[in-house]
Amino acid sequence: MNHLTNLKLKVWRQDGPDTAGKFETHIVESVSDEASFLEMLDQLNERLISENKDAIVFDHDCREGICGTCSLMINGRAHGPQRATTTCQLHMRTFSSGDEIVIEPWRAAAFPIIKDLMVDRASFDRIIESGGFITSPTGGAPDANLTPVPKPVADAAMDSAGCIGCGACVAACPNGAANLFTGAKISHLNVLPQGQAERYKRVEAMVNAMDDQFGSCTNHGECSAACPKEISLDVIALMNSDFRKAKTKNRKQLSRG
Amino acid sequence: MAQTQETLRKPVNSRQSRAPVTGTALAVRKQRSFLADLYSTAVGKKYAMAISGIAMMGFVLFHMLGNLKMYLGAAELDQYAEFLKKLLYPLAPKGAVLWILRGGLLAMLALHLHAAWSLTVLNHQARPVKYQSARDYEVANFASRTMRYSGMIVASFLIWHLLDLTFGVVNSVGTEGEFVTGEVYANVVRSLDRWPVAAFYILANLLLGIHLRHGAWSIFQSLGWNNPRFNSWRWAFATAFALVVVVGNISFPIAVLAGIVKV
Amino acid sequence: MSTVLNAKIPSGALHEKWDNYKANAKLVNPNNKRKFKVIVVGTGLAGASAAATLAELGYQVDAFTFHDSARRAHSIAAQGGINAAKNYQGDGDSINRLFVDTIKGGDFRSREGNVHRLAQVSVDIIDQMVAQGVPFAREYGGTLDNRSFGGAQVSRTFYARGQTGQQLLLGAYQQLSRQIGLGGVRLFNRTELVDVVVVDGRCSGIVVRDLLTGEITSHAAHAVVMATGGYGNVFYLSTNAMNCNVTAAWRAHRRGAMFANPCYTQIHPTCIPQSDESQSKLTLMSESLRNDGRIWVPKNADDARPADQIPESERDYYLERLYPSYGNLAPRDISSRAAKRLVDKGHGVGPLKNGVNLDFSAAIERLGLDVVRERYGNLFQMYERIAGEDPYSTPMRIYPATHYTMGGLWVDYELATTIPGLYAAGEANFSDHGANRLGASALMQGLSDGYFVLPYTISNELAPMLNKPVPTTDHPAFVQAETEARNRFNGYLNVSGTRSPDWFHRELGKIIWDYCGMERTQQGLEKALSELPALYSEFKKDLRVTGTGENINQTLEKAGRVDDFFQLGMLMCRDALDREESCGAHFRSEYQTADGEALRDDKNYCHVSAYDWTGDPMAAELNKEKLEFETAHLATRSYK
Repeated sequence: MNHLTNLKLKVWRQDGPDTAGKFETHIVESVSDEASFLEMLDQLNERLISENKDAIVFDHDCREGICGTCSLMINGRAHGPQRATTTCQLHMRTFSSGDEIVIEPWRAAAFPIIKDLMVDRASFDRIIESGGFITSPTGGAPDANLTPVPKPVADAAMDSAGCIGCGACVAACPNGAANLFTGAKISHLNVLPQGQAERYKRVEAMVNAMDDQFGSCTNHGECSAACPKEISLDVIALMNSDFRKAKTKNRKQLSRG
Repeated sequence: MAQTQETLRKPVNSRQSRAPVTGTALAVRKQRSFLADLYSTAVGKKYAMAISGIAMMGFVLFHMLGNLKMYLGAAELDQYAEFLKKLLYPLAPKGAVLWILRGGLLAMLALHLHAAWSLTVLNHQARPVKYQSARDYEVANFASRTMRYSGMIVASFLIWHLLDLTFGVVNSVGTEGEFVTGEVYANVVRSLDRWPVAAFYILANLLLGIHLRHGAWSIFQSLGWNNPRFNSWRWAFATAFALVVVVGNISFPIAVLAGIVKV
Repeated sequence: MSTVLNAKIPSGALHEKWDNYKANAKLVNPNNKRKFKVIVVGTGLAGASAAATLAELGYQVDAFTFHDSARRAHSIAAQGGINAAKNYQGDGDSINRLFVDTIKGGDFRSREGNVHRLAQVSVDIIDQMVAQGVPFAREYGGTLDNRSFGGAQVSRTFYARGQTGQQLLLGAYQQLSRQIGLGGVRLFNRTELVDVVVVDGRCSGIVVRDLLTGEITSHAAHAVVMATGGYGNVFYLSTNAMNCNVTAAWRAHRRGAMFANPCYTQIHPTCIPQSDESQSKLTLMSESLRNDGRIWVPKNADDARPADQIPESERDYYLERLYPSYGNLAPRDISSRAAKRLVDKGHGVGPLKNGVNLDFSAAIERLGLDVVRERYGNLFQMYERIAGEDPYSTPMRIYPATHYTMGGLWVDYELATTIPGLYAAGEANFSDHGANRLGASALMQGLSDGYFVLPYTISNELAPMLNKPVPTTDHPAFVQAETEARNRFNGYLNVSGTRSPDWFHRELGKIIWDYCGMERTQQGLEKALSELPALYSEFKKDLRVTGTGENINQTLEKAGRVDDFFQLGMLMCRDALDREESCGAHFRSEYQTADGEALRDDKNYCHVSAYDWTGDPMAAELNKEKLEFETAHLATRSYK
């Protein structure tokens, strides 16, 4: 175990959604390279409390890269410099002594800042509420093996379903677009046989809900590069093509979607 | 309580409105006609960008191919110009089809510009407060991030280009000759013999190439043409297309300046 | 005076009980359901599925989560899978076998009726989740794939890569979202329960704190469901998420809900060991790794050589040595304790000598690098990210960590706590896992409670209440609870001591882990019980919470949670001290066989210990619910 010394942290502090914020500089004298990035912030917070100052507010929970609660723009990258890694899984060994580390909240109109580094990502929930589900009231389900799902289809659905809803795609997108998130959920449900009945209704509703809150896709690919679960840009293409079909299909003649 | 479409547009301020969330999917959206409905969404505008892009890609490709006749001499090129005017003649009056094509292209251009402009406005609204520290982009490249600038420069070049070689207004400025409609070869050589014009021509075409490479790839994404079997070809196609158009186009001023193509 | 605990197990043969219950349960007319309000606290697997289902039925549902979104609950982190007695593999599984396995796994400290119902509805869960679009692993023919898990002799575990919990939670979250969108559920996010309100002996609602504004408000309802998870974070370091806490359950306990079996806490054998003092949580590595990895420590204590320089003859493959038939797949508690003993004796590996090796070199030699990479690639990558070592070339270091808590609010067959109108579901209740939980059964229980049990039992409770008035939030009991909560949170802010809530939490965790962790002794527990009240009074005197109560303040939130952990910690140690036997995850060193196995005392301890709040956790009143085994036969576990 080694220690990193003399890290210069520039942390965004902002009291509330409508107040002005600014960067605050803190020097971290020493931190173990085994510590995770958030543990480094924990230690800084302990120090702030001991100095009778307010702790830095940031969202976090599972600290194992699956709940999607943590965020942070670290040195200009969503979730920091390591690919396919959430902030909570980022470890200090990725940095070196003397580094300057700039920490900013995610910025998008749909992600208003709550305080310091914490943002409100409820806009994602609105997209799911609009149609990101299969209508299947409890109790009426047929036997699970009744409808076979080819393995490649199940695998593709799982690839998209791995999305943790962290919002890195929106944060990284130069346009503040949520196409990767929305596309991932649509792709998860729209490729499965169980999702066919609502396939086109779903894509229409979700694209509309997305449109109401986010920017548009210009195919930079930053979202996918920032995605801790490496969701592919292909999900956006699927969403686009299903949206087109949704607008033209005569749904009364579709027995399976 | 159902939220209306308008209130959805503005993200809920997390601090002030701490009412519980419910009924978010009950809002009824305004019924619109098919095209207006499609175009009202950002995804629909991207279709518009892609389809108009395809039309203009077709134009730049055939424009370049036609102009290659320059290397066969004045007669060949001028005759080609005449052929364009006589498309479907005598079924249609002379020049009619050409004007229809031009009208179509203009409409496509207008659509492309309008969609681009409204999406840009939308994107600015989507992030009203920029990042206060420097971004470190991972894959967004020069091409993707400068589409609107490369597009604007190409558009301004287009205006110059029309004034120069279609309407002839600026064709002979700084030269001793005079623009003559129909003498395409002479007009081109006269214009491109001026090195600032040639330089602008080359610059604009390089930007066009950059614009095309990202644009041609984006078409597949925007229209949802995605098939794992062919996906690796999409970049190859975009690169090849941009390269062919740019190399062809840039060869003209170079050929003129080098004296390979001359009066 | 101790209360007689009536579990209200329906009559009839074991396999008919649930059907009998459903046949006799009272129903609420569809048009009347909207006249009832049900509060669901927590939106994990149990909470989201209960809220969605109750709203589908037509009840007015208010759901509360302290997360920003209902999708974040820690159910999401379950990796391995979910059990169900589908017998799709035709390998001899059945409802009865799952029932017996669960009872045995729980070391005969769970209730037969509940467990059998769990096994029965397990099959419906899979149907339901598939219909909702959970992308379970499939065979090439398109049917569902299963694997054997945690030493089970049948393949009954359904899985979605290593993210089964995530996929199931997203399924339930999507159903909940649908109901939110349709207006059936009102969701209060970033809102934490701070008290439960009881009027005339009946739960009338809850008091909550808005985490963003600090505002404290009341909510009345006809019934309240606690689906608020387990209390593993009392250990400070556990595989639980940072925000998992006992507050909701504990506040209910303080208002009269009995807390059952608090000492039953499960230790998971394969977690990444602590790397330094600043560590905030431990990460679990899927148990499936033990299928191919070999666990060993150096034979010589204090052997500091790197793993590859220690020759075979100087390695101790202790699980293979001690438990030849199960070897590296020995059950969780057994392999955990074996690891602890060796580390305690100085055989630990790694810079802090706090782990054991999980070695894949033999597997790589036998199966080839590609097969190992295909099976465990994502886990190896995760390990490398956290530990900074490449498990393909260096053995993984693992050590047990707290993972799940079997104890929780006491509930009867209807999942009702001892406060009428208050229910507990999922990990928050104590019901189904006895003294130890089988792998891949937590997801099953959460979904069973939420989708298939509560909707029936709640209607049975509500039906007679039709058109009868219930207290509203201006009732003095609500007003008083709000005032108490305000005073409590202001109190934390006003201590103005010197130590942060995290500091106290860490100290608390050390005591609990040392004395009430994997191995417990009378002496140790008594020591803990003398140290805890002292530390707790220091907490009350020396706590420092900076910031205000009117804005989001994570330090203040933490202070409230640590306060409740202290009280729970004392109860846990008392329960562990009282239970003078070893059973399942509760291992008292005094009670073991000659070869170090758990020694149960069925004569004196075949009961559920349920504690009643008396105002002081050190003086909680013990009530016993006798456990009867009519179908499964009391037997000693053996994994030799």
